[in-house]
Amino acid sequence: MSGTQTTSAVPAAGSAGRASSASPRKRRVRGTTGAFWLFVGPFLLGLAIFIYVPIVWSLVLSFFRAQNTVVPDVFVGVKNYVDMLTDSAFLGSLWTFTLFGIFIVPTTYVIALGLAVLINRARFARAFFRSAIFIPAACSYVVGALVWKLSIFNGVRFGLANTLLGMFGIDPVAWLSGTGDFPWYWPVVVTARLWLQVGFYMILLLAGLQQIPNNLYEAAYVDGAKPGWQTFIHVTLPGLRTTSVAVLILLLINAYQAFDEFYNLLGNVPYARPPLVYLYYTALGAAQDYGHGSAGALILSLIIAIVTIFQARVLGFGKAD
Amino acid sequence: MSDSTPFSGPFSGLSRRGFLRAAGGVALAGATGAGLAACGSNTGRASGGSGTLQQWYHQYGEQGTQQAALKFAKAYKDATVNVTWTPGDYASKLASGLLSSSAPDVFESQLNIEYIKSGQVAPLDDIFASVKDDFTDADIKLNTYEGKIYGIRMIDDPQILYYRKSLFAKAGVQPPNTFDELIAAVKKLSTGKVKGAYFGSQNVITDHIAAYFAAAGAPIITDDHKSGVLDPKVIAAFAKLREFYTSGGVLQSAPTEWTDPSAFIQELVAIQWCGLWALPQIQKAFGDDFGVMPIPAFGPQGKKAVYNGGWTQFVNAKSKNLDAAKKFVKWLWIDQTQYQEEWSLSYGFHIPPRKSVAAKASKLQSGQAAEVVKLAGQYGFGDNIAFTPKMATAIGDAGNKIIRSGADPKTALTTADGVVQSELKRLFG
Repeated sequence: MSGTQTTSAVPAAGSAGRASSASPRKRRVRGTTGAFWLFVGPFLLGLAIFIYVPIVWSLVLSFFRAQNTVVPDVFVGVKNYVDMLTDSAFLGSLWTFTLFGIFIVPTTYVIALGLAVLINRARFARAFFRSAIFIPAACSYVVGALVWKLSIFNGVRFGLANTLLGMFGIDPVAWLSGTGDFPWYWPVVVTARLWLQVGFYMILLLAGLQQIPNNLYEAAYVDGAKPGWQTFIHVTLPGLRTTSVAVLILLLINAYQAFDEFYNLLGNVPYARPPLVYLYYTALGAAQDYGHGSAGALILSLIIAIVTIFQARVLGFGKAD
Repeated sequence: MSDSTPFSGPFSGLSRRGFLRAAGGVALAGATGAGLAACGSNTGRASGGSGTLQQWYHQYGEQGTQQAALKFAKAYKDATVNVTWTPGDYASKLASGLLSSSAPDVFESQLNIEYIKSGQVAPLDDIFASVKDDFTDADIKLNTYEGKIYGIRMIDDPQILYYRKSLFAKAGVQPPNTFDELIAAVKKLSTGKVKGAYFGSQNVITDHIAAYFAAAGAPIITDDHKSGVLDPKVIAAFAKLREFYTSGGVLQSAPTEWTDPSAFIQELVAIQWCGLWALPQIQKAFGDDFGVMPIPAFGPQGKKAVYNGGWTQFVNAKSKNLDAAKKFVKWLWIDQTQYQEEWSLSYGFHIPPRKSVAAKASKLQSGQAAEVVKLAGQYGFGDNIAFTPKMATAIGDAGNKIIRSGADPKTALTTADGVVQSELKRLFG
């Protein structure tokens, strides 16, 4: 509330000599409102123009035949939705990425939490390790994917991964485009994503860890808890609940929105194609089929929303501690 | 060189930004288009004003091409021409740009039926009639729809297989005529460090669909607009491709795609699929120790194939300066033959589509370049304008499942056939 008092103090001082017809209380409210719109307005405007208008327009387009146009005139009802929901390739991509989410979300969470706990307990060079692990998060997904593809897992015998395998006498693996039985592209994609995102979530969890008051641990020791697993399970994890829920929700949304590294590592292949990459290739890119593309994008948004709400319910997002 | 690669088809290099633009462009076509026009725009001269034409190019990789485009624009006296040089995902930027208020008046691309149906390209018969005989039938066919011609071919880029003569001699193999011979050859050519052949990594099916169908001797889309996907020759061809990819003689993955000759130049393989554009680099690396050949035929009913990619000039039918735009296109791509030769051969390495220009081009008259020109004339074929990105994805999916996971060719192609049929129904009713 101190901010409110400060802003209202200025006009009050300026109008000190004027008639006191308007009550100071009312004027204070108006000043606050002005400041609110001043600060929020530009962002709200940006949000409306760049987020809400496109979403509403996508909704409109999804009910029209919008081929090579964004001002369509042929209303087709729910045909675009029916087409997308009977398109085995699109459904396949949704299924693949539900599985991908089920795998990558807990994996990233466990690794990020493990690193956060280790760094939190580090006795020296804590800032160094924190920065070193966080740095990949500052790298673009595209750049990360290209490093993975061009130098580490490039599939020729002098690639980094194949050189290592070669030391053990193993033949070069065509990581991203092989014909064997084992899906070698998954380790590539998963390690790229882990490398790029673990540092960021580690920082969030580290901040959460530092919020847990030390006296909780002391109280636990007094009650006979042993340091290690026991305090981790009964003090650290509950103390991190709010942060963890936020991290898990962000991770899941990220998993469904996967685009960059899949696009750059694998391109348009049926076996590991995220829904967004599929929509890009068949509708929203050069194909200009904005009706089907919008329908697909909205189906994807709906799934993300439902899964997120479900997940938030289960984990108790927003509940007071 | 890979970014210079003007192979035609629905896919070229794309970026996340390009994607977001396309997606955001759904609602914000105006704003997006303005942003695109501002980025990379360079006027050939100082002043703008009314009667200004907007001309869009994708980013050619060769040094000097952009300067040449600006030079041509500046040399035109009847209008101011603003050249927009577009790095990254040109196809998507063009797609959203054409919907915006700052759409190009003149642009390069490859023709598809949607462009025509949505009025994004203007018929050019009036300016083209006088030189029709000077263009190859193939180039005219792929720019013609229902008797009207919509684009003027700017460059032709045939795709062939490059091979190392010395490695062939050492292994005792002859240039193969059929895929069976090719499979036998790559097995013999594979020695510890060198593999037999490289056709590409991730885009090995999608980029080559047209060529595989041609080599199988079956059209993807028949002349009466039917799907040719389930032709027994096609099914057999995809089974043969599986055999080829699992023969042990194929380099399945490399840092660069087939559009870049690096895998061949670094001596990772004895045969590589690439385009005419790579010939100068390959010549520099190996001198005379290389040859070119068409894609071998699949079985006795198939035929050898050379896919002719390239770029074509179009006029936006919705342009406010339609007549001025057509006049400019006629000037640049029909009247100024010296510029056409310069565009094809002074920076990169392409075949000029004009027979009279190609005949004068000394660089194309000797060595392997002459051989490529000969093969392109003998076995060359171009895109089908009814082939859509959705069809490419469906057939690419089927192909990937067949060659990578050993799926049954008929089952996999049946799914693709369904998509091709529904696309054809959408296009032709």
